[in-house]
Amino acid sequence: MKRNGILAIMRKELARFFSDRRMVVSILLPGVLIYVMYSFMGQAMVSLYGVEEDYVPTVQAVHLPASVADLLEAAGGLNLLEVDEAAVESAKSAVTDQTLDLLAVFPADFDQAVAAYAPDSGRPAPNVELYYNAASTASQSAYMLLTGLLDGYEAQLANKFDINAGGGTYDLATEEDTAGTYFASLMPLLLMIFLYSGCVAVAPESIAGEKERGTIATMLITPIRRGDIAVGKILALALIALLSGASSAIGTVLSLPKLMGAASDGLSANIYGLRDYLLLAAVILSTVVLLVTLISILSAFAKTVKEAQTYVMPLMILVMVLGVTAMFGGGAKTALWYYLIPLYNSVQCMVGVFSFSTVTAGVAAALAANAAYTALGVFLLTRMFHSEKIIFSR
Amino acid sequence: MRELLQVQGLTKTFRLSAKQQKLEKTREKVRVAVDDLSFTAYEGEIFGLLGPNGAGKTTTLRMLATLIRPDSGDAVLDGASVVREPDKVRSKIGFLTSELKLEECFTPNYLFDFFSTLHGVPPEVSRRRKEILFARFGIDRFAEVKVAELSTGMKQKVSLVVSIVHDPDIIIFDEPTNGLDVLTARVVTDFLQELRSQGKTIIVSTHIFSLVEKLCDRVGILIDGRMVCCDTLDNVRQGESLEDRFFDIYRETAGDGE
Repeated sequence: MKRNGILAIMRKELARFFSDRRMVVSILLPGVLIYVMYSFMGQAMVSLYGVEEDYVPTVQAVHLPASVADLLEAAGGLNLLEVDEAAVESAKSAVTDQTLDLLAVFPADFDQAVAAYAPDSGRPAPNVELYYNAASTASQSAYMLLTGLLDGYEAQLANKFDINAGGGTYDLATEEDTAGTYFASLMPLLLMIFLYSGCVAVAPESIAGEKERGTIATMLITPIRRGDIAVGKILALALIALLSGASSAIGTVLSLPKLMGAASDGLSANIYGLRDYLLLAAVILSTVVLLVTLISILSAFAKTVKEAQTYVMPLMILVMVLGVTAMFGGGAKTALWYYLIPLYNSVQCMVGVFSFSTVTAGVAAALAANAAYTALGVFLLTRMFHSEKIIFSR
Repeated sequence: MRELLQVQGLTKTFRLSAKQQKLEKTREKVRVAVDDLSFTAYEGEIFGLLGPNGAGKTTTLRMLATLIRPDSGDAVLDGASVVREPDKVRSKIGFLTSELKLEECFTPNYLFDFFSTLHGVPPEVSRRRKEILFARFGIDRFAEVKVAELSTGMKQKVSLVVSIVHDPDIIIFDEPTNGLDVLTARVVTDFLQELRSQGKTIIVSTHIFSLVEKLCDRVGILIDGRMVCCDTLDNVRQGESLEDRFFDIYRETAGDGE
């Protein structure tokens, strides 16, 4: 009968959480928000830097040489109008007003001047002026298009050698490597933040909140062991924090391709196998339990939830800094002692899993170390529940 | 009569913070809340701890309930020491004070079951006790209403019921009628008398003379952390009203002190 204590406390914590609709929403909402926000941001970026595909920019050209005219003709996708030199000023103001996308002014005898020009003569080369409007995406894309075409034309005039001209694949990194490096630099930070937020949303409320409301003493006058209260609370809180972390992580993974837009071609979490996911799950589990224990201890010092939230701030900064270290790249550390540093070891394990450079002994060391730290934390929290100074501090 | 509660030389001091020292205009670093307190309560009686605010009543009861540890001395409740076997003591007592709150998001029904589990009461026994106690206090109609939505009086009744889910032989009650309306206060005092008739031992603390006169078999008067007088109600009163007698004693003691 006695050992039911842990279970009873866990059930109570979970019941308290799930009976409070506000709490449930506040835990699951971040995932939805992240999905909506990232998708929206990706969409906004695409429409900011891209032009609608069937848009035909209008370009006016002065002294359009035959060679360039052929070139533009062949490229297509331009509404090209030849105008007289007298129209330059009015065309410029049309570009400013965004009624015209681009004005190209060529030297009067462009083709002859180009043919006659010798680069080693030291004189300035014939100059083409392209007037555009950087505030208009259509104008800017017309400018890019024309610059590209003219650059290509120039290269073609004096072609001495090519780089990567064939149709072969020159980037020899596998799709896995590319995506792995990308995920390994970003996901550890995101995951750590999500897990931390999940823990901080529930632990201060459950520990400092019970102190503040005077409900923890009601439990302490029953024969239940203080250790059972500590363990029961930590397990239940970790479970809820995991739910919250999972909600955020799923939101991120689903919206990441949209956020990255075109750059995310072939970027998919499908590259990871079952073993990777199991490793990741083990690391996340041990991290959450440790985080909840740490936050619970800090909260137990506080008299109110508000105070507890102040106490855990430094921990948040630490978690973020540790998460950022994943961005330095280079795969997971191989020296074993890195995996004994709490929280930093979680980041290293995640980097390992995402970049396919898992150090198996390191992950094992990290899991063992986290279990030891958690046990120490539970012991400390139990001692705190025994202390009248902690429980009845005013 | 069996001695169910023996308190021997119970002492508790608190350290005063710099802020508290300034607030109370004192330079002493420690405050003696309870000073070498000894008394005995017998099976089947209501024992009253009477004293003004700050006399050490709540501190004494908290030590008896094992919420705080005495600096020295001991109290033995039905054979279990608060210093050496606090777990055993907790299973023998029911403790109720306005400081111990119930979580407001739960229903009385859930809380009764939860605390029954913490006390290790078998489900079968718990179910029967719940039926009886809920009916006795009229909680049955509110069994599925969250505590947050109950009236103050009903909350107090639920707290009372929850504190005795395990049918303890010793019931410790800090200021039992404080903050209650007359109807609820009456229900509580009636219930305490009923418990006594079942042979339970009840310790109450209060500063209300009429409550002591109405309920208590024996009374201990606590002033500045010291037990200045402890006897049966009649012996303490010596024919006067308790109130007059208390002020006589208070004057004598305060005269001692200064």
